[in-house]
Amino acid sequence: MELQLRGITKRFPGVLANDDVSLTARSGTVLALIGENGAGKSTLMNVLSGLYRSDAGEILIDGVHQTFRDPGDAIKAGIGMVHQHFMLVPVFSVYENVILGVEPTKAGGVLNRREARREVKEISERYGLAVDPDARIEDLPVGIQQRVEIIKVLLRGARILVFDEPTAVLTPQEVEEFFGIVAELKARGATIIFITHKLKEALAVADDITVLRGGRVVGHADPTTATPEELAAMMVGREIDLTVDKEPGTPGRTVLELTDVTMVDDYGRPLLNKVSMSVAAGEIVGIAGIQGNGQTELVEAITGLLPISSGRVEFDGADISNKSVRDRHVQGIAHVPEDRNDMGMVGSFTIKENLVLDSYYAAPYSKAGRLQRGSIEESALALVEAYDVRPPLIENTGAALSGGNAQKMIVAREFSRDVPLVICAQPTRGIDVGSIEYIHEQIVRKRNEGKAILIVSTELDEIFALSDRILVMYDGKIVAERLTGDTTPTEIGLFMAGKGS
Amino acid sequence: MTAAQTPPEVAQRGFVQQLTTSVNWRTGLLIPFLAVVTALIIGIVLIMLTGSSFGQAMDAYAALLQGSVGSVKAISETLTAATPLILAGLSVAIAFRAGLFNIGAEGQMLVGGMCAVFVGFSITGLPIYIHLPLALLAGFIGGAIWGFIPGVLKAKTGAHEVIVTIMLNYIALRLVDFFLKTELFQREGRNDPVSKTVEASAQLTQMLGWMNPALRVHLGLIVALIAAGVIHWLLFRTTTGFEFRAVGANPSAARYAGMSITKVYVLVMMIAGGLAGLAGSGQILGVLDRATPGFSSNIGFDGIAVALLGRSNPWGVVAAAVLFGGLRAGGQQMQVSADVGIDLIAVIQALIIIFVAAPALITAMYRLKTPAVSTQISKGWAS
Amino acid sequence: MNQASMPMPRESYELTGKRTKELTKRQIRKARISGIVLLLLSGLVMLVFVPAVSGVSTFGLSTPDDAIQLDSLAVPSAGSLWVLSSVLAFLGATQFFRGFQGKTTIILGISFGVFAIALMVWAASGQEFSLISMLVATVSRSTPIALGALSGILCERSGVVNIGIEGMLLGGAFTGVVMGSLLGGWIGLLSATLTGGVLALLLAVLAVKFRVDQIIIGVVINILVLGLTSFLTAQVLVKKPELNDAPIFAAVKIPVLGDIPIIGPMFFDQTIIVYGMFILIGSVTYLLFRTRWGLRTRAVGENPKAADSLGVSVAKVRYLAVIYGGMVGGFAGAWFTLGSVGRFDENMTGGRGFIGLAAMIFGAWNPIGAFLAALIFGFSESLQQKFALLNIPIPSEFLAMAPYLVTIVVVAGVVGRVRPPAADGQPYEKQ
Repeated sequence: MELQLRGITKRFPGVLANDDVSLTARSGTVLALIGENGAGKSTLMNVLSGLYRSDAGEILIDGVHQTFRDPGDAIKAGIGMVHQHFMLVPVFSVYENVILGVEPTKAGGVLNRREARREVKEISERYGLAVDPDARIEDLPVGIQQRVEIIKVLLRGARILVFDEPTAVLTPQEVEEFFGIVAELKARGATIIFITHKLKEALAVADDITVLRGGRVVGHADPTTATPEELAAMMVGREIDLTVDKEPGTPGRTVLELTDVTMVDDYGRPLLNKVSMSVAAGEIVGIAGIQGNGQTELVEAITGLLPISSGRVEFDGADISNKSVRDRHVQGIAHVPEDRNDMGMVGSFTIKENLVLDSYYAAPYSKAGRLQRGSIEESALALVEAYDVRPPLIENTGAALSGGNAQKMIVAREFSRDVPLVICAQPTRGIDVGSIEYIHEQIVRKRNEGKAILIVSTELDEIFALSDRILVMYDGKIVAERLTGDTTPTEIGLFMAGKGS
Repeated sequence: MTAAQTPPEVAQRGFVQQLTTSVNWRTGLLIPFLAVVTALIIGIVLIMLTGSSFGQAMDAYAALLQGSVGSVKAISETLTAATPLILAGLSVAIAFRAGLFNIGAEGQMLVGGMCAVFVGFSITGLPIYIHLPLALLAGFIGGAIWGFIPGVLKAKTGAHEVIVTIMLNYIALRLVDFFLKTELFQREGRNDPVSKTVEASAQLTQMLGWMNPALRVHLGLIVALIAAGVIHWLLFRTTTGFEFRAVGANPSAARYAGMSITKVYVLVMMIAGGLAGLAGSGQILGVLDRATPGFSSNIGFDGIAVALLGRSNPWGVVAAAVLFGGLRAGGQQMQVSADVGIDLIAVIQALIIIFVAAPALITAMYRLKTPAVSTQISKGWAS
Repeated sequence: MNQASMPMPRESYELTGKRTKELTKRQIRKARISGIVLLLLSGLVMLVFVPAVSGVSTFGLSTPDDAIQLDSLAVPSAGSLWVLSSVLAFLGATQFFRGFQGKTTIILGISFGVFAIALMVWAASGQEFSLISMLVATVSRSTPIALGALSGILCERSGVVNIGIEGMLLGGAFTGVVMGSLLGGWIGLLSATLTGGVLALLLAVLAVKFRVDQIIIGVVINILVLGLTSFLTAQVLVKKPELNDAPIFAAVKIPVLGDIPIIGPMFFDQTIIVYGMFILIGSVTYLLFRTRWGLRTRAVGENPKAADSLGVSVAKVRYLAVIYGGMVGGFAGAWFTLGSVGRFDENMTGGRGFIGLAAMIFGAWNPIGAFLAALIFGFSESLQQKFALLNIPIPSEFLAMAPYLVTIVVVAGVVGRVRPPAADGQPYEKQ
């Protein structure tokens, strides 16, 4: 089936999320829809799946106009969504999840469980999606959960499958398997829309590429001829140069040292497996890796948010393995956490309150347990000025800031402390290019002041642009260490996929 | 479905967030005012449904007004009733600020009151300036212990404070029944559960007793007002209050900022419990002079209404408590002179909470153009 | 399943979802704590009960009207207590050192049963204790608790927290008696049920449409109903006592089954409301776990967004589940008036709704589990009654506290945690 969107426009108060978007997914092909975070991809897909109603424009399937009042209508029309965050009930079995909404029943609404299992098995065999119909979802790894999602939409007769960032949570092997599944679906005549911001994946599987920026379609590309650089330029609207002007680092004394750090989950499975590493003053160390390979846990082990099971964390020569978050903070670790809204700030607090969120208890912001409002205000005014937080209204709430400015506010809070170690987790995730460049400059400036910097990023380009030394994490272990000048993105990419020598 | 199109960041703002952001005159004053008026109007309808005429209903309300502000005696009664409501309201409000729902003020009042009554009758021969503070302190500590339990369970095991405090209310109720029958507490020569009488040196003195012994308003009011001031100062001027508010608004960010969630949950519940304990002590030392079964008489639950109506702001709580105190005091008068049961007041209070918690009902009824965000505090059992 | 042509997952456990069962530190700690509790109970029996007994404890197993008369059961008090105490000590020690792992819950249940028997042996020492009348009372008294719990389960399985059960019981009790006085017991029962439904509608509208905090609504419903019923009692029922005099449902003995010793009087010689409870527990269990309606209700309570994305209307499911739940609560309220005394008194439910809430949690949001929990709580209630009659020197207040204490222990996860529906209490916002 062919899918066409014509002039789709969707407004939210104060935001034009989709502006006159038109695109075509040809029958039996893969269309990759690419764009930065916030380009309007997800809104567009929610319009397509009937979750949102567009303010203008129309949806055509095989040339026939469609009206979707709710997700049920979209499903009936043959559109199946596989959401980035799986829409599964964790405590239900596979077959219960699959049949929800289209339950086979006997008289009186009684579930026909035998029929349900049969339906699941049939689809799973027909498309090569191996899964046990009676397994509980929460016991399954993400890759298998994704198969359940695919079986769900296939059972509903979907001929147009929409995948929203399907590889974000998958391991490299699972990504390979997933591409196999996509090929199989295509071979059986399904039309596939693949939403991603990973250019290489788009180039690898798509037959057509459509690029979104700022809610508008800014171009189409042919994957057989396009290069990642061209696509990147279309996505951000100008030639982007993610390289950062910097001199080579001059590593000094060791500031942070981890020795055989191990961390296990509630079931005793390792999250960190004998990790040893160090960061010296005056260098930027970048941790590369696919999301979910232990980077978050590594940062939490260093900052004290999660306890380690064995090993040592040393800071400035002292063992801090058992110190609290607060103690480590006082001793001189600054931390820009990976999720700014959830971990980095209190949305309902004012900017000035957020700027002292982790130093409110210390002089000059407090005296004998009393907040010193004069000092807090004075410092806040100076920081929004120095770190270019816009608008610089310190009585506004943090939630009122854009993503980039909120991140700058957090960077201002952490970087303004004169401490030996700065940890930045995903420092530029989901923010505008201007803010990215600004934050990168600040990170390099901090290094040039002789601080030790640890960067964690899933964006390989960012790792290469900033790091003096690169460590690769895979499956809770550090699997490679290279000086930036001695390696290539290809080599690091192989290590990230667990395939390095 | 226009309402359904609100972007999530606006719609998902919780109660705590609302509190700390724009409290403009509409949400802060107009909606509570209209909520009270509407509840009173529904009250008239109820009175008429039970067979009274409109005139009789109006007489009842006249008595209500008379009994709450119509005389010095009435004002004294209003303030007497408001005193424990301020403290219970503060108890619920400070927990709200830290993101916890303290349904346990009722039980904390009972435990605190029992501690206060014990200190009040068992020690003799102390001057009032030592004995009274000692009894109040005992009440605060008793309540704080009863608040400590849900706080520590929440922090250490994740047990939902709503469930734990509900259960602790009933445990406290039974404990009071038990202790009032023990030799330690029961008044000599009595078979019914009544405690010994509090020594005069531990009683909260009637402030206007010199004018007329029937004016019951007592020193507890001053205690309650001081408590409101202290809580306001604590919340907005100290690092501890900063932690409370941060944990209430975003516990995850608070943890990343190095705050101890455990410490905040335990501390805030102890303070909340202590305030409720003071409320119970105030009733014992200022009004009843002894303990009887269930002497908290639902004041702890009314504290929830007071905290909601006062939008968890300490001075808002004081204002709401005075209003509810007036309803309680006036309700007595209404019952006596207009023969309309005082339980009508409970109904009116319940309606006020509904309207305050669901402002959309009010905005729709009066066609106001105010964004109405419903009250959300708890995060469900499953958090 | 033919796996040859399929992409193979990395490890086989991933397909079936079997987890390795390792004892974690937390589990070991829980085993230790519960072991200690059992050992303490054993000590209590040995050191407090044994010295206080003499002679034999006699248990009556039949009432005079029973068709088949059983002899009273007489056991030597001290000897039985020694045996029971040893059993407790054995279970406690095993739990402490080894842990029963998967079977912990069952073992704990058995242990508390053993302790309950010890309590009764102690109480009946040297006198006759009518076990049968207590068991019959247990079933009757557990009825409003089980139904209250079921009311909560129906609401919470769809994701709406209901702490207004108490108000629904009280409302049902009130209208039941008024309508019963006017138009007879059956109409009274129907009115009670409908009253619960109306109160639930208030909960549903505020929770689903206006997305008000569900705990606040529950508190409000309790205050509102208590106020309304008390107000109406004072204004109307006091002046017109004929409105507060409803017929009482008599016990209906089921032929044959009702004549079975012990079981008969307990389960087959009860009022229509008790039978209604059995039927409701059974049918709701079936409906929740075997029908389309149940699957959708549970899905909405666990992950409303997923259900919504599949075209299941979250609002409709929640409205229905909450209203059904309210009706069950109203029906339960009739037990207090039409099922026992025939008249209404202020606040006559006395916290039974909250014990129902406790039974719901203790029973892990499962109707059968909640019913068993309600039986335990009902047993503790009738034990209180019995002890008061026998002049047992154990304060009834402590027995009355048991359900609340047990609930705190359960939610704190000291001996294993129960898991509520994942979206319980969270308003759903359709995007």
